[in-house]
Amino acid sequence: MQQRSDSPVISVRNVVNRFGSQTVHDGVSLDVMPGEVLGIVGGSGSGKSVLLRTMLGLHKPTSGEVLVEGRNICSATDEELLATKRRYGVTFQHGALFSSLTVAQNIQLPIREYFDASPATLAELTELRLRMVGLPSDAAGKLPSQLSGGMIKRAALARALALDPGLLFLDEPTAGLDPISAAAFDELVVYLHRGLKLTIVMITHDLDTLLATCNRVAVLIDRKIVVDTLDGIMKNPHPWIQEYFHGPRARAALVSVDKAR
Amino acid sequence: MAGELLETARTGDALTVRLNGAWRIDNIAAIEAALAQLPQEGARRLVVDAGSLEALDLSGAWLLREHLQALQSAGGRVEFAGKPPSQFAFLEEITAQQAEQPAAEEPPGSLRDAIAWIGREAVQQWNQMVDAIGYLGRIAMTGLRSLRPRHLRLASITRHIYETGIQAIPIVSLIAFLISVIIAYLSAQQLRQFGAEIFTVDLVAIAVLREMGVLLTAIIVAGRSGSAFAAEIGVMRLNDEIDALHSMGVDPFEVLVLPRLIGLLIALPLLTIVADAMGLAGGALLSSLLLDISLTQFIPRLQDALAPTTFWAGLIKAPVFAVLIAMVGTYRGMQVRDSSRELGRLTTVAVVQSIFLVIFADAIFAVVFVELDF
Repeated sequence: MQQRSDSPVISVRNVVNRFGSQTVHDGVSLDVMPGEVLGIVGGSGSGKSVLLRTMLGLHKPTSGEVLVEGRNICSATDEELLATKRRYGVTFQHGALFSSLTVAQNIQLPIREYFDASPATLAELTELRLRMVGLPSDAAGKLPSQLSGGMIKRAALARALALDPGLLFLDEPTAGLDPISAAAFDELVVYLHRGLKLTIVMITHDLDTLLATCNRVAVLIDRKIVVDTLDGIMKNPHPWIQEYFHGPRARAALVSVDKAR
Repeated sequence: MAGELLETARTGDALTVRLNGAWRIDNIAAIEAALAQLPQEGARRLVVDAGSLEALDLSGAWLLREHLQALQSAGGRVEFAGKPPSQFAFLEEITAQQAEQPAAEEPPGSLRDAIAWIGREAVQQWNQMVDAIGYLGRIAMTGLRSLRPRHLRLASITRHIYETGIQAIPIVSLIAFLISVIIAYLSAQQLRQFGAEIFTVDLVAIAVLREMGVLLTAIIVAGRSGSAFAAEIGVMRLNDEIDALHSMGVDPFEVLVLPRLIGLLIALPLLTIVADAMGLAGGALLSSLLLDISLTQFIPRLQDALAPTTFWAGLIKAPVFAVLIAMVGTYRGMQVRDSSRELGRLTTVAVVQSIFLVIFADAIFAVVFVELDF
């Protein structure tokens, strides 16, 4: 929030990722500006997840660097990396809720790890997180296996928000949800983005999500990246992008968005 | 620290609270302490001045808001000097959205809870017993139906004989050998006091053939294969593979449970024979090293010591143990639902229960054999 609006929150510079003889990224550069919602799309195997893991500091790129809030996380010490990790929240594709802990314990885990809060405060903070993501308070005592798919995504989001991060990564937030739940989740993301002034980076396959939430879109294609506004990217002549945004599945999504506008 | 976050000044009946510093989750302990400092009663009016706040995140705002609301509901009046922080508007939105929260659970009554717990456990135990008997019946039915060769999965059975039997030979041999060494050593020590060392041969042979060979083999197999059965089938359950089989009209009992049962039914007696042989070999080795009973003395003594039934009294138990281990392992695997935590728990349960049942059955055998003079 105190960030100057012209300096990027994340700056990916010339990242090359190579696994054996296979090159996934060949000079990828990307700036994530504060307060924006950036969507990352790309075909299966185009390295979306690798890029996300690189930005999270979970994967060291073959060459190139990643700056998060001005700090190079590729050369950071473990302590610096930890301090950076505390500044962002992540939701994983399948929720990655700890299956032996209740929802409340899942949310409290990062808070307990870092801070010395009393049980009463922990309970209050948990309640806030649950309310923020629209979960009923009786979900707190449930185990992840007792939740529906949509609730798992919401609980995962609540856990990602546990430390009040300014930066949020979402990996396929609406995958596996029915269209109604997915639309509700999109709405939630937009709502939290507005209310918390978050910067959000999300990987998604869901064109509806992309259209509903994102300011800018990054397309991973041929080991490179193309970044533009939503309108700009739809005019991009690359055949894969054209197919993606104007294929039969895309048209229906676009029509519904036009109607909504 | 707490003083930095919050200053109070009293003017007339109003208490002015000035908020300073960073009200962020990083300072959560300090925020707690600062809020606890606020007088609970006495102030009719509370003026909150948030003008000099450095930072306020949602957690800080929420704790502050909850505390102020508690004061308000206790009869105090809370107002802000100037505008309330922007986070409050968002919090209002969040709380307004979900005015209808589910009713709070009824307070726990300890005696009532205890009785309910006993009842619930009793019903659960009963259901589990009925379930287990049903499982047994189901396996029997599937077994009968599968007697026709087309339904017998030979490839699968062979694989399970290999995994539960052949692969267990080294560890079973080693343990049988060591156990007979232990028995020989102990009995030689005791029998030497009577000058009856030669009876060590009898003791080792009878102990290994009647009891130790089959019992230890069964326990090792329960640990190795009982757990594997539970884990394999449990993972298949978690992946919905069992449901997939059902949906294809393939009976999971026929393709998963029965091959394991039949495989173990064949493998365990064979393993027992290996264990018996290794046990006798261990006894022979120790006799010659420790007691100067050479092999040429050992073998005739062995023939004298053994009744024709001794070997069978051990071996006959093997199939029974095999059924117990396979049943418990597959049954617990089938019980896995929903979470990987269940998988771990039920795998442990499978091992513990099958070992218990094996020893329990062995005790029954011991009593019956004595009564029958077998």
